[in-house]
Amino acid sequence: MCDWHQPLTSTLSLFLQEEEHMDFQQIIPSMPYILQGIWVTLKIVLIAGVLGFIIGIVLSFLKIGRMKLLRWLADAYTSIFRGTPLVLQLMIIYYASPQLFGVQVEPYTAAILSFALNSAAYISEIIRAGIQAVDKGQREAAMALGVPYNKMMKDVILPQAMKNILPALMNEFITLTKESAIVTVIGVTDIMRRAYIVGSDKFTFLEPLLFAGLIYYCMVLVLTMAGKWVEGRMKKSD
Amino acid sequence: MINVTGLSKSFGNIEVLKEINATINEGEVVVVIGPSGSGKSTFLRCLNLLEQPTSGTIHIGSDDITGVKYNPLKLRSEVGMVFQHFHLFPHMTTLDNVTYAPMKVKGVKQAPANKLGMDLLIKVGLGEKADEYPNRLSGGQKQRVAIARALAMEPKIMLFDEPTSALDPEMVKEVLDVMKSLAQTGMTMMIVTHEMGFAREVADRVIFMDEGMLVEEAVPAEFFASPTSQRAQDFLQKVL
Repeated sequence: MCDWHQPLTSTLSLFLQEEEHMDFQQIIPSMPYILQGIWVTLKIVLIAGVLGFIIGIVLSFLKIGRMKLLRWLADAYTSIFRGTPLVLQLMIIYYASPQLFGVQVEPYTAAILSFALNSAAYISEIIRAGIQAVDKGQREAAMALGVPYNKMMKDVILPQAMKNILPALMNEFITLTKESAIVTVIGVTDIMRRAYIVGSDKFTFLEPLLFAGLIYYCMVLVLTMAGKWVEGRMKKSD
Repeated sequence: MINVTGLSKSFGNIEVLKEINATINEGEVVVVIGPSGSGKSTFLRCLNLLEQPTSGTIHIGSDDITGVKYNPLKLRSEVGMVFQHFHLFPHMTTLDNVTYAPMKVKGVKQAPANKLGMDLLIKVGLGEKADEYPNRLSGGQKQRVAIARALAMEPKIMLFDEPTSALDPEMVKEVLDVMKSLAQTGMTMMIVTHEMGFAREVADRVIFMDEGMLVEEAVPAEFFASPTSQRAQDFLQKVL
C-alpha cells in the first residue's frame, strides 16, 4: 500500500494547489477500519436484496393477477414507496419505530427493512414489465394446449421473462449498493459512516471519503461485471 | 360435432360477431373465408374459448362449453389450435415444443412422449430438426412444428387461424400439404384462410363471413362457381 499511495498523492496534490495537500498517509492506519465496513454494507444489501426480491415477486404476481383489490393494493404499495424518498422511509422506520411497532428497532434491522421494502417496489415493477413483455401469443399457445396457469408461468412465460428481468435486476442491486450509504443517517457503521468517523477523528475528510468512494466503485464494478456475465449467458441460449 | 347457436361477441361497444349459427360435423373440413375484420378469427377463437363469447352457446360433442361450470382446460386439450404467427416456445427445442403439453398436461412419460413427438415431426417432414431451436427454422418449418405440437395432444378437432398468412410464398405449399394430408386422415378441421385454391380443393364446406355475420355457406364448387349473396360475389371478384 505504501508504494502506490505516494505517486497518487503527489499527482492529486498538484490539482489542489499549495496549502491543502492531500495526504493519504495519515489515514492508512484507519483503512482496515473503513474496509471492515464492506461486510456491514454487504450484509445489508444482500439481505435486503433477497427480501426485496421475494416481496417483489409476490407483488408482481398480484399486479398481473385477476383480483382487482390485490392489484390495487400492490399498485398503491409501489406508488408510495417509489413516490417518497428512501431516506425518509429509513428514518420513519428507525425513529418512529416505537410509535409504529411499540419497540425501538436496531439500526441494522431498520436499514434492512427499509431497503427491502423500498427495493421490493422497484423489483415488482421490473418483474411485472418483464413478464408482460413476453409475447402474448406464448400465453395463448400454452392455453390452447390446455396447460394450466401455474405450469404455463413456470415453464413458458418466466424462462422467457428472465431475459428481460435479469439485466434490470442487476441494475437495481447496483443502485441498492450505492444507496445503502444513507444508513449513515441512523448511525449504522457501514463504509460511509466509517469514512466519516475517520474524517472527523483526523480532521481531514477528503481522503477517507475518496477512499470510501473507491470501495463503492469497486463493489459496483464487480456487480456490473457479474451482470454482463449473466447477460452474456442469456444471449447464448438464443 | 360442433354446434354453434346465436354466438355473439363484442369488444366494448364493437360487435364483432353477430348471432352466428353453424354446425360442423365429425370429419368435416370447413374453411372460413371473408374480408379482414369480418370476425373469422374471433369466431375460431371462441371455439376454444380463447375469446369468451358474449352470448350464445357452443356445444362440442355433448359438452356445452359456454356453460359456467365448464372447465376450459378440458376443452383445450381436445381442440388443437394453430396460429398465424406459430407461437412456438423459443426456449425449447423442436422436440420439446411437441412433447411439452402431453407431458405436462396429460402426464405422458418422457420416453413415450419422445416417441410420439418424433413420429409427429417425421410426419410433418421435420424429423431431422428435432434438436434445433425454433429460431433456426424457416417460417414454413415453424408452422409445421406448430401443427405437430397441436397434434401431440391428440385433439378431436383442429383449428387453423390463417396458418399461411405470415409465410413467404414459397413456403405456403409445404404447410398446406401437411394440412391436406391431415384432412385425409379424417380429422375434423376448421380453417380460416385466404388460400382460395386450398379451400376449393380440400374443403368439404365453405363458410363466408362479412361484418361479423355468417353470410353464406356451401360446398366449395357451388360457392366459388355461383355465390348467392352480393357480398360474397364482390369478395370473390376481388380475390380471384
